[in-house]
Amino acid sequence: MIFKTLLTSSAALLLTAGAALAQTVAITNAKAWTGTAQGTVENATIIMVDGEIAEIRTGASSLPSGATVVNAGGGWVTPGIISPFSRTGLVEVGAESSTNDVSAGDSDYSVALRAADSFNPAASTIPVTRLEGVTRIVVAPGTGSDMFAGNGLVADTSGAPDSILDDNAFVFIRMGEAGARIAGGSRSAAWTRLRAALSDARTFPARYLAHNDGDALSRVDAQAFGQAARGQQLILVEAHRASDITRLIAFAGETPELNLAILGADEAWMVAEELAEAKIPVIIDPFQNLPASFEQLGATQENAARLIEAGVITAFAHLGDDGHQARLVLQSAGNAVGNGVSHDDALAAITVAPAAIFGLEGLGSIAPGATADLVVWDGDPLEVMSAPTHIFIDGEEQSLESRQTRLRDRYLGLDNGDLPFAYRHAVPDSE
Amino acid sequence: MKQLNWAVAALAGLALTACGGNSDDPPTSDESGDRILIDKDPYPSTYTPIESNPVVIRNATLLDGEGGLIENATLLIQDGNIAAFGAADEVEVPSDDDKLVQIDAAGKWVTPGIIDNHSHLGVYPSPSVSAHGDGNEISAPVTAEVWSEHGIWPQDPGFTRALAGGITSLQILPGSANLFGGRGVTLKNVPGRTVQDMKFPGAPYSLKMACGENPKRVYGYGSGRWPGGAPYSRMGNMAGYRIAWAQAVEYKRKLDDYIENGGEPPARNLELETLVGVLEGDILVHMHCYRADEMAQIIDMSHEFGYHVSSFHHAVESYKIADLLAEENTCSSMWADWWGFKMEAYDGVRENIPMVHDAGACAIVHSDSDIGIQRLNQEAAKALSDGRRVGIDISKAEAWTWLSLNPAKSLGIDDQTGSIAVGKDADIVIWDGDPFSTYTQAEQVFVDGAVVFDRNDPALQPVMDFEIGQPGEGDAK
Repeated sequence: MIFKTLLTSSAALLLTAGAALAQTVAITNAKAWTGTAQGTVENATIIMVDGEIAEIRTGASSLPSGATVVNAGGGWVTPGIISPFSRTGLVEVGAESSTNDVSAGDSDYSVALRAADSFNPAASTIPVTRLEGVTRIVVAPGTGSDMFAGNGLVADTSGAPDSILDDNAFVFIRMGEAGARIAGGSRSAAWTRLRAALSDARTFPARYLAHNDGDALSRVDAQAFGQAARGQQLILVEAHRASDITRLIAFAGETPELNLAILGADEAWMVAEELAEAKIPVIIDPFQNLPASFEQLGATQENAARLIEAGVITAFAHLGDDGHQARLVLQSAGNAVGNGVSHDDALAAITVAPAAIFGLEGLGSIAPGATADLVVWDGDPLEVMSAPTHIFIDGEEQSLESRQTRLRDRYLGLDNGDLPFAYRHAVPDSE
Repeated sequence: MKQLNWAVAALAGLALTACGGNSDDPPTSDESGDRILIDKDPYPSTYTPIESNPVVIRNATLLDGEGGLIENATLLIQDGNIAAFGAADEVEVPSDDDKLVQIDAAGKWVTPGIIDNHSHLGVYPSPSVSAHGDGNEISAPVTAEVWSEHGIWPQDPGFTRALAGGITSLQILPGSANLFGGRGVTLKNVPGRTVQDMKFPGAPYSLKMACGENPKRVYGYGSGRWPGGAPYSRMGNMAGYRIAWAQAVEYKRKLDDYIENGGEPPARNLELETLVGVLEGDILVHMHCYRADEMAQIIDMSHEFGYHVSSFHHAVESYKIADLLAEENTCSSMWADWWGFKMEAYDGVRENIPMVHDAGACAIVHSDSDIGIQRLNQEAAKALSDGRRVGIDISKAEAWTWLSLNPAKSLGIDDQTGSIAVGKDADIVIWDGDPFSTYTQAEQVFVDGAVVFDRNDPALQPVMDFEIGQPGEGDAK
């Protein structure tokens, strides 16, 4: 795989923030999938110190004194899984608009909208996502009245108030059928608007001093688009049809300064060689195999295998219910294995590849100096019957409890007790 | 004449004509005398099994779908039915039949075909363009008169994807906008030129009803867009059901009176005919209902009017009242882990399915999705493993009842399919490994003994009209 490093400076800066409180932890007797040239290390010991991975070695002799020891029992240990696209933390209940900050159809702004302003680390979806092994989430705003959805973020799933790593990780834009409808009714309208917006952003503020308005963007949006328009921020573009992807490849050739990645890309396999050559990564949903629209006629579950075979950096997302089910990326990856992707490449598509696409240095692999996001599994992580037994974020062990597990526990025994079910709850310590 | 026991006036001639094509008995020779009777099966199934040779499958790990697992099993299919199965030495395989197809399934698993009792394939087909939205007759809150089969597009490519996931039968339901959404229909998952070519012979009709947020949102909050206005609330939902059931009781009384005493037959009422079919036990109720407290209300209402709810669908909160559902003998059709997309789905837990099973109630894995339907075995696997982690010890063989026998029961077709039992339809799947593994795929799918999908033979992978001449025609999907 080819790794393109994006946003290295800001990511590295932010990654040091959450690690202060951690201590020394040793995971022993692990089958460690490293995501590096080391491959999978049997009988591995992984030592985490202060939120970073200090060492990986075989055998469990002479552990650091005072280390907390977790025996993986020969089971799999992987880097924390990265969900490369979702709305986790932006929405509590999908159909309740008061709890749903995904999109802002009535806003005067577009590119300038930041999902980070809406993100709630205390959302019930965060632990639900985490306890399936997902430690980092890429969260994108949805489009409202403009094809420019705004700025997406990257966060961890600790639920901590400071869990956002990067407020402005990328700008999300929808092209294809959706973008065309929003932009005025055709793909040409969407493309014209994109070109005009880039021109506005590149000429900001000069154009706005003379005219007080841009060709496509307001002053605020043009300013917000500046970094992306100069190639200093990733632009994630949703597109599916092979012809749309071909246009994007050509566009990337004309504007080589831009950092582009494509979301969806159901027909990308038809232009896989060109994508690989243009070094444009993709984030796909491996489940998608239906001609759900006229831009997905060629959809096949072999999209993943064909793209990876061609050398395209490919990450997997679960795009079905992206507000609540980002956790299903593992099932997506497992199904990709059933459809021709190697186990290593499938794991990479939810660790190494998203880290590369979003410039998340130190994440997505197990290596000395990497962030200590680790998951200990009770089986093959890509099997639907497996689950994490221990989850570490920045070296700190995370709770395996969620609102869902609490509700489950309340009703596990349906025998009526002395009091109604409502009295089965945690009681705060009285001290 | 069991399908003909009540009467109409206005369309008598039509009814007589329709009956003539489907029954040897003259329609007026009912025991009740010279009454004008209607045809309960005016759009009859024209499904005929694809011709097949006898098949013997050997060395398989076999789940019989009734809780049994047999290692190194032999399964014999003859005339489209399960002829015999068991350990190798228990099954007598004809030695002189040169047409016998022999399959070595060493390392493979054989199960009953999966039955999805909640699908909108055909009524919300791919591509999901505006012209294809035929699944919700949202023009009124009570549309028990509409039938999903009249909206099914048999060319939906989704049927073929479901087949590749081991789906051999499925119920196509109208959507959940309405209090009474209309009739559902059960299909054999075999491509046909018409929906009649797919209809499961002899399967009862169902009635789709919906609780909770959808009806009150679509009508109450959508008022101005649609005729009417009620229901605005869950109170209005209940009132709407009860008004319709009360009308159905009254209509049934008139029909019974006519059969008993003759005289002027009641005017035909398509909406109430469906509800009367429920009251008579011919039509099975499948009700979209998420919340536990609402399911309890619906159960009381079913007692009030004298019918039975076959299955609650989506049933995200069944785990809270699994004991009540067991007592009521009402199934819960569930996802493994969908939750949170609306308020009534907020309390979803991953252990819902095993908790329902553990209480002795009927648990069913359903899809409501053209993607989910392709891997219901994985949904069962997720639920099974999550249940085991909290001490609910269920075997894989038992868990398979969620995928075939229980949905078959909910649809009233369990005497014909849903498990591997001698004499039942040979609707089975050969999996290339343990079907509770993410990596396992359906290798061959049999419906009535005929191979209708073969992963290793592109000639035995159906391609719908829509995909002919399009990008990806005949591609691996």
